[in-house]
Amino acid sequence: MAGTFKFELVSPERVLLSEDVEHVVLPGVDGDLGVLPGHAPLVVTLRPGTISVIGGAKTRKIFVKHGFAEFTPDTLNVLAEQAVSLDGAERSEIDGLIATAEQELADASDDGKRFMANSALDALRAL
Amino acid sequence: MASLKDLRNRIASVKATRKITQAMQMVAAAKLRRAQEAALAARPYAERMSNVMSNLNKGMTDGGGDSSPLLSGTGKEDVHLLVVMTASRGLCGGFNSNIARKARADIIRLQNEGKTVKLLCVGSKGADALKRDYEQLILKKIDFKAVKRISFAEAEGVSKELLAMFEAGEFDVCTMYFSEFKSVMEQIPTGLQLIPAKFEAADDDDAPKSASAAAIYEYEPNQEELLDFLLQRNIGAQVFRGLLENGASEQGARMTAMDSATRNAGDMIDDLTISYNRQRQAQITKELIEIISGAEAL
Repeated sequence: MAGTFKFELVSPERVLLSEDVEHVVLPGVDGDLGVLPGHAPLVVTLRPGTISVIGGAKTRKIFVKHGFAEFTPDTLNVLAEQAVSLDGAERSEIDGLIATAEQELADASDDGKRFMANSALDALRAL
Repeated sequence: MASLKDLRNRIASVKATRKITQAMQMVAAAKLRRAQEAALAARPYAERMSNVMSNLNKGMTDGGGDSSPLLSGTGKEDVHLLVVMTASRGLCGGFNSNIARKARADIIRLQNEGKTVKLLCVGSKGADALKRDYEQLILKKIDFKAVKRISFAEAEGVSKELLAMFEAGEFDVCTMYFSEFKSVMEQIPTGLQLIPAKFEAADDDDAPKSASAAAIYEYEPNQEELLDFLLQRNIGAQVFRGLLENGASEQGARMTAMDSATRNAGDMIDDLTISYNRQRQAQITKELIEIISGAEAL
């Protein structure tokens, strides 16, 4: 499908990204979602993982944690408590995130938390 | 009457004080700008969050589903937890005491109504102010003195704490006290109820639009789970907002306080200089009279 839609990534501290894109892949709790322009209105919680912004010369990846996405046919808003761009991220930064996720996995008290921590780990180790 | 030397010393010391207050004022002005920017940048997140939540909430009430205890409360309101947010540093005019006063008024009101009150102090100055009367009510003190720049991580820590306590049934109603930043001159101590969550009245403005939007949204996993997730996240967002507003208010209050302190010091120096000069002149006159009358006596 041709055309673009407006993608905004907002963290509690500021608006991290606001631009027109063609295709975004989100890590939904129940599985990954690819978003193209004209998507049906939907609100979805995200599991910790990477958002891929596809379009232009290369695909950009952003790691998000504790977030949710809201889309209408021509906009996509992602609100995430933690968002780290993985383009040009230092190896040590990623290692830091992995360590945090491992810690969370160790501390996880129920299945829900364990699932979240595991998903973060999987996403980060895949890098 | 103070001697000339005393006056000279006092003038020197007031001048030194003025230098300090002037420097503090300039530092506060610079920090204020940064704090204001941070508070502004944080706004979109809170707005979107409350938009989605009020949409969801409307959909839920229409559907008649069970709402979360974070929204509807525990059914009682016997135990109130007051989160009092103040600065960690003083010398900012009435900033800390205004917040503490507002909290204290509510503590007295709630206690008169026969409710149990618990306190959680964020920022050491508020704890100091309330310690005198209500030390046994303070459950915990959190201090961000060592933190240079408030980030969401701090707010998340506080919100985790609150949620854990709420789940353990330690309180029924949670209210957060902070100072809302209106302008450099004006900061309003505010009490904001966090649990059960209240939606801001401002939402009513775009109610028709969002109501129609609510009708067409689909939700994944489902409305209940989503709302529950959002309500938990919302606590963090609100705490973060409180911290940022407080940060900006603190710097604003300090700037105004230091500005007037600088001006007062200036006035004081003028007064002291006048009396110093007068006294010096009086002394010269006195010495002259002594010499002249000595000469006349010869």
